[in-house]
Amino acid sequence: MGSSSSSVNHVPNAQELMQETGFSASQILRLYERFEFLDRDRTGGLSFQDLEALPHLSINPIGDRIIGAFFSQGQETVDFASFVRVLAHFRPVDSNRRDGAPQEQANSRTRKLKFAFQLYDQDKDGKISRAELLQVLRSMLGIQVTEEQLQSIAERAIQEADLDRDDAISFDEFKKSLEKVDIDHKMSIRILR
Amino acid sequence: MTWFTLPVDSLLCRCLSIAITLWFTLLLVFTIVPAVFGVSLGVRRLYVRTLLKIFEWATSRMEIGAKEKNQELYKPCSNGIIAKEPPSSLQQEIQELRGSTSSLRSEPEFEVGDIFYFCRRGMESIVDDEVTKRFSAQELECWNLLTRSSYNFRHISARLTVVWGLGVLIRYGVLLPLRVTLAVTGISLLLVLTTLVGLLPSRDVRSFLSEKIHLLCYRICVRALTAIITYHNRENKPKNGGICVANHTTPIDVIILANDGCYSMIGQIHRGLMGMIQRAMSKSSPHIWFERSEVKDRHLVAKRLSDHVADKTKQPILIFPEGTCINNTSVMMFKKGSFEISCTVYPVAIKYDPRFGDAFWNSSKFGLVSYLLRMMSSWAIVCSVWYLPPMHREEGEDAVQFANRVKAAIAAQGGLVDLVWDGGLKRAKVKEAFKEEQQKLYSKVLVGELEQRDRSDNRR
Repeated sequence: MGSSSSSVNHVPNAQELMQETGFSASQILRLYERFEFLDRDRTGGLSFQDLEALPHLSINPIGDRIIGAFFSQGQETVDFASFVRVLAHFRPVDSNRRDGAPQEQANSRTRKLKFAFQLYDQDKDGKISRAELLQVLRSMLGIQVTEEQLQSIAERAIQEADLDRDDAISFDEFKKSLEKVDIDHKMSIRILR
Repeated sequence: MTWFTLPVDSLLCRCLSIAITLWFTLLLVFTIVPAVFGVSLGVRRLYVRTLLKIFEWATSRMEIGAKEKNQELYKPCSNGIIAKEPPSSLQQEIQELRGSTSSLRSEPEFEVGDIFYFCRRGMESIVDDEVTKRFSAQELECWNLLTRSSYNFRHISARLTVVWGLGVLIRYGVLLPLRVTLAVTGISLLLVLTTLVGLLPSRDVRSFLSEKIHLLCYRICVRALTAIITYHNRENKPKNGGICVANHTTPIDVIILANDGCYSMIGQIHRGLMGMIQRAMSKSSPHIWFERSEVKDRHLVAKRLSDHVADKTKQPILIFPEGTCINNTSVMMFKKGSFEISCTVYPVAIKYDPRFGDAFWNSSKFGLVSYLLRMMSSWAIVCSVWYLPPMHREEGEDAVQFANRVKAAIAAQGGLVDLVWDGGLKRAKVKEAFKEEQQKLYSKVLVGELEQRDRSDNRR
């Protein structure tokens, strides 16, 4: 790992964040620069509008949900620590990490799946209901499909995944239906060191 | 006590007056006289070469210093902070996501895992995106002794700090006053001479003289910025009765181009000093200035443009179709208005060398005056201008396609990234239509699977 750079010292809580998330010093520094860049009015926190201003994010069909994932209950702004913690979910899984049990890390397979699950499960009751699924589908497809097509797509998706027939998809059912998918690759962003 | 101080006073006065006289003589000989005759003494190019050697030395000292103190140097990434992956479409990605899990079905299907694609794309754009970074100054690989462009400057070595301090003294103590003097001279000359020429009766004499005056004043302004410009392919220089389009980085673009030829400007009338300059310029040569209220009227603008280009005696119009300043790493969407008029378009690519001073005007961070002061206290402004061969709108090509073709040519020549995004995104939100495109692509994947499976069934 080597010595820590003194330039990362003006990042608040840098050492703790590095320990917690597994990002290297230069990655934390780059993310901090990005955070400061996005924080246009220099309030020390990102608002919904700051993130909405990104063109690629506002054309993303589920852009609003992704932005919402940064804000915990009732918060108006995202500080740097929360920003990094959310992005830590997208760190590529490193199999050589020795400290801490693999399951506890932010970027473990389970945590990545949980993150995606919560994008569906907006009321956080631990299940994706039919209504929630319909909402996501409507966002992703917009006006391109009719109401009937939407209903039938949702119906089929629930039938596929819902194993205990309670008309909702629980987290375990979600995990099961994605067994064969390479989560690590599809939910990872490689930030340059 | 008075008899003691008097000789010292007069000595001081004499020294001061000698210094000022020397100053102005140097100014006259080395800058204004060559400007009048359009000759270059080569002083600026020598200056630039020396500076480059000093910068290389400075960067290597920083690296040595960092190694000695066992610190990591922050290396700015000009290509973005996410590791580059091969580009793939929505189709491909979703296909890969599903892989072997899709089974035979006859209706459009949805997989709960599809959300990963959108989620990852969204996160990537939060970490780094192609568009918003174009609205701020680009990062440099090599330090140029300006604190405004350094992330590593931390008194790493005493020698470096001394050189930096010397640099500050030279830039603010010597170069800045010199440049401000030149700028003031240039602008006053422009105002006075154009007004005088405007009083002359004969139109031919007026246009001949105004050409000379404009060139003279722009040359002085170029020296006021210590701009070192290399013009390429001058045989393609814009001619009368056409439109010249260029990529926009800073208001100084106008001075850079007008230094080499006469153009008609187009824009909104301002108040104050700018307004005075605009009115003075109009007295001696035809420019197109709009009142604030007229700017929105697209037909009026188009009509005045067409009238101007139809008159072959009038100079080419200089237009920046991006509509706003971009940081010179990319070219953004060209507004189609200027491409709807049927006439020859002369594209010009301008590329600044950021090592000597970043020319980009970040209008949300600096006002015009503080921007100009920053420009005048940088080392120099070094840029290359390429005149591209003239283009015409082809049969069956609409204004938007023509605009994109010209944009691609400019981007290719200048080594800039060609983006489809609108520079107006600096201040406005992106249109809903783009989101619909994404939704359309995704719905095609759902429906398209039907066709693919039919084909694979038939093959078996």
